[in-house]
Amino acid sequence: MAAMSFEISLIRRMGDRRIAVEVHAGPGVTALFGPSGAGKTSVLNMVAGLLRPDRGRIAVAGETLFDSTAGIDLPPARRRIGYIFQDARLFPHMRVRANLTYGSHGRTSLLSLDEAVDLLGIAPLLDRWPATLSGGEAQRVAIGRALLSGPRCLLMDEPLTSLDAARREEILTLIERVRDRTALPILYISHDRAEVDRLAAHVIAMPL
Amino acid sequence: MTIFDLTTDDWGVIALSLKVSLVAVGAMLPLAFALAWALARGRFPGKLLLDALVHLPLVVPPVVTGWLLLLLFGARGPAGAWLESWFGVSVMFRWTGAALAAAIMAMPLMVRAMRLSIEAVDRRLEDAALTLGAGRWRAFLTITLPLSVPGIAAGTVLGFARSIGEFGATITFVSNIPGETRTLPLAIYGALQVPGGEGAVARLAIISILLSLGALLASEILARRMGGGHGRHVL
Repeated sequence: MAAMSFEISLIRRMGDRRIAVEVHAGPGVTALFGPSGAGKTSVLNMVAGLLRPDRGRIAVAGETLFDSTAGIDLPPARRRIGYIFQDARLFPHMRVRANLTYGSHGRTSLLSLDEAVDLLGIAPLLDRWPATLSGGEAQRVAIGRALLSGPRCLLMDEPLTSLDAARREEILTLIERVRDRTALPILYISHDRAEVDRLAAHVIAMPL
Repeated sequence: MTIFDLTTDDWGVIALSLKVSLVAVGAMLPLAFALAWALARGRFPGKLLLDALVHLPLVVPPVVTGWLLLLLFGARGPAGAWLESWFGVSVMFRWTGAALAAAIMAMPLMVRAMRLSIEAVDRRLEDAALTLGAGRWRAFLTITLPLSVPGIAAGTVLGFARSIGEFGATITFVSNIPGETRTLPLAIYGALQVPGGEGAVARLAIISILLSLGALLASEILARRMGGGHGRHVL
């Protein structure tokens, strides 16, 4: 029996709010869909190990990353999660090439640098500084950086938010290409129904 | 005679000043960074007190700082007695004492500049590094440290300039001994006390100004080179 892509069951109190999520998803894109303020980003941070759930279990592709009852809590560096943030978060003091290879350090990736560069169409950007990139270009590089870190899954936190309509379409097509080419499970956050319908195989609603 | 005809004595004073300041700043650099880190990122009881202690040399009269150093590092002082019995050395009336005084006086400026730049580093970039497989240590070395370089450079230059200019704590702590503790400001002060010393005063004063300007320019160039092509300023 193939392992589920994401098995997430967690509870976390944030101030006076309580986040409780259950995800049991197969391969492909799983969307966490809901209004802003519902705690979607917090869920991704918990999967990535940047935020600790109060209770619960997180497993990705059959590997347990966090389990409060079993006392398992892998540090973020050992979770092998490709996290694509809303704001790209490229390292400003490294050129694009160094950003891309930052996570490939000692890890085998399913794509080589050349293949990733080709897939994302970023060959002309390799020697540029992040400050000189447009929002769409930066997001392409961020996707490449995550892919090259040998991830077992990808997390995408509203990667289209900071882009104009034309760029959105471009990046959306790119994400579809990444999804089909790599077959990595993807946990995708959005508050845009059309985006979710187009990309996702499973949708989990997160109400306020 | 022009003011640029430096005498052997002048050169000696300049060399001593450079030695004292470079040693002071070099020795203080790791300590100041550790303090800046603790104040920027640490959460521990007594943080406010540590903050106040670090800033003390900035607000207390330098004479008082010198006197405190005398109490601590004098032959009967706890630190002085310890150095004497364990290493057989004394900083009293030695250039090392002048460097110690300069380091203490430079500390608040160095810590302040470094702390500001550590606080300015976007911690979400460190998070991104962690998700890319970097351990805490690698994230620090490859992200936080390089991004704080402008502040480290600024702190070092300010500390160096402060050390070159240090007067009150030094003269109180280790006196004004030619060749040992007579740095630029002390030499200028000494020359002002003797009739006909105006020439020496002017020469040494100009050297002081040039040294400070040179340090500022050097740091500005350094910060531009290391800032990744997008102009960052040290001051």
